[in-house]
Amino acid sequence: MAGVPNLADTPWLDPSSEPFIRLRGVTKKFGDFTAVNNVDLDIYKGELFCLLGGSGCGKSTLLRMLAGFEVPTSGRIMIDGVDMSDVPAYERPTNMMFQSYALFPHMTVEKNIAYGLKQEGVAKSEIADRVDEVLGLVELTDFTKRKPDQLSGGQRQRVALARALVKKPKLLLLDEPLGALDKRLREQTQFELMNIQDQVGITFVVVTHDQDEAMTLSTRIAVMDAGNFQQIGTPTEIYEFPESRFVADFIGNANMLDARVTEAGTDHVTVETALGTIRTEQGIQVQEGQKVYLALRPEKIHLAKAGDPVHEGNMQVTGHVEDIGYMGDMSVYKVLVNGETMIEVTAPNLTRPKQRSLAITWDEEVVLSWHSNSPVLLVR
Amino acid sequence: MGKGRSLFLTVMLWLGMAFLYVPMLLLIIYSFNYSKLVPVWGGWSVRWYKVLFESEEVWNAVALSLKIAVVNATFATLLGALAGLAMVRFGKFRGRTLFGGMLAAPLVMPEVITGLSLLLLFITLSKMIGWPAERGFTTITIAHITFSMAYVSVIVQSRLTGMGETLEEAALDLGAKPFRVLTDITLPRLTPAMVSGWLLAFTLSLDDLVISSFVTGPGANTLPILIYSRIRLGLRPDINALATIIIVTVAIGVAIAAFMLMRQERQRLAEEKMAAGP
Repeated sequence: MAGVPNLADTPWLDPSSEPFIRLRGVTKKFGDFTAVNNVDLDIYKGELFCLLGGSGCGKSTLLRMLAGFEVPTSGRIMIDGVDMSDVPAYERPTNMMFQSYALFPHMTVEKNIAYGLKQEGVAKSEIADRVDEVLGLVELTDFTKRKPDQLSGGQRQRVALARALVKKPKLLLLDEPLGALDKRLREQTQFELMNIQDQVGITFVVVTHDQDEAMTLSTRIAVMDAGNFQQIGTPTEIYEFPESRFVADFIGNANMLDARVTEAGTDHVTVETALGTIRTEQGIQVQEGQKVYLALRPEKIHLAKAGDPVHEGNMQVTGHVEDIGYMGDMSVYKVLVNGETMIEVTAPNLTRPKQRSLAITWDEEVVLSWHSNSPVLLVR
Repeated sequence: MGKGRSLFLTVMLWLGMAFLYVPMLLLIIYSFNYSKLVPVWGGWSVRWYKVLFESEEVWNAVALSLKIAVVNATFATLLGALAGLAMVRFGKFRGRTLFGGMLAAPLVMPEVITGLSLLLLFITLSKMIGWPAERGFTTITIAHITFSMAYVSVIVQSRLTGMGETLEEAALDLGAKPFRVLTDITLPRLTPAMVSGWLLAFTLSLDDLVISSFVTGPGANTLPILIYSRIRLGLRPDINALATIIIVTVAIGVAIAAFMLMRQERQRLAEEKMAAGP
């Protein structure tokens, strides 16, 4: 999966590549409520595309429209060049893994997985082979004769995945695939899911409200809010270069400051904020005097005791530690700057608590510093 | 009886039970009475059961009632299940509200009205198209189906609502055509509801006196009609025996229906737990 990115891994940057899924002006209304509002989207072959958003943002509705369970109020959906408007769910080249897994409770694991192949009229011997193969892929070979209620949550999840994969769909839809698993199992399964996707080479569209899941899994993420896409991009783009306050806030944490542009240069912008004048090396189209927002991620701020040496050339302000949240691997510091602005800073816990004399504690004067390419200016 | 339950509640419980069941118990005891006079105790005997079993009239009534009950339960289950499916699974369609109202009407309509209107319908039909030529088994069965299917559809609707549509969607997604989804997924999961619906329809039909009396014709006496007509001629001990048999039969039927419903409830809970994850 990882490796040197080339154009084959990033088809969305290649203007000559043909999108595998094409949404044009897709709108879905339920009565007066608009669940999905006139969206356009291109997804390319072999992508693991995440639809990320809070509940009610329209991500599940979008997925259900791809599966054929909902009919768009207007707009068109094309999958592999075929208009899906008049294609019912049972004839689409898609399979879905449901959030509740939706395993048939009156059928064994084997029968559940074979069900889709039986509908296609695949020969019995071939069904057996393909079921075996996919059971091996999800490591469930010993559980063929069990009923779903005799399986653990993780096992049920694998059966659901196997059932969707066995038909070799062109497009696999996953609705909160890891939502029902506990944290450890979830992390493990995330990587398994990526491996499986790599092996089978099917395009995945995943719906999730979990930003960690989206960040680890996806080739690209679409952040949704109120039926619209807020931003579409790779995990790095979404995290490092959010285009709006919503995205900056939704993905990770950010210190958000009101700012006014004082100097709009070609390679840098200077803004006036509650922390004083801040220089950013971000090429963004703004005008002098314009009101903007400045987002600064807590982990991009360096924390030092007052008097300790600070990296040259960095922006810096002094503050007062109000509160510390110990998280184990790192700590969250709430630092009051200028007696009025609370800035959140995270720092790895490099030392043990017993050596805390070295560390920063409550009510200490500290220096916050950051590189001038760390802050992000947002106009909306 | 749990520990710490107050004496008052215990007494009230037993009084309530007595209120409901003592009359039936008395009837069962008196069915074993030797005496020819119902209110006079003449010692234990199965004499009246013998009299009962030798009466051809009673056997005919039992046979007719059972025949009606079975046919009624079968058709009512079929139609009630279809009506339930239409109400819950077909979304909005023209006339849905009207259809729902019509479906529920027999539940709230006084039996006399249902009986009378059906009688008028049969008479009119008979005049216009010559069918039904005479009233009896067919007319009673049709009348019973009209109200029984309402009860079945209520049971089926509640089960369908509780089941949710995800499994059907999963089957569609795997390429099953809508009819396969019905036979592979919906109907098997609906079976407990349909079995309890069948039993309920069976019991309702066996019980019914009012509607049957309206739409029956000469010579077609169901068991309730027979009992009622005999009681009007005076209390007879063999009726006690007959009533005892009915009570036992119905009790068994109700117990099976309750068991099915309980199993269905347990299954629903298990599915909810599964849906909620580990």
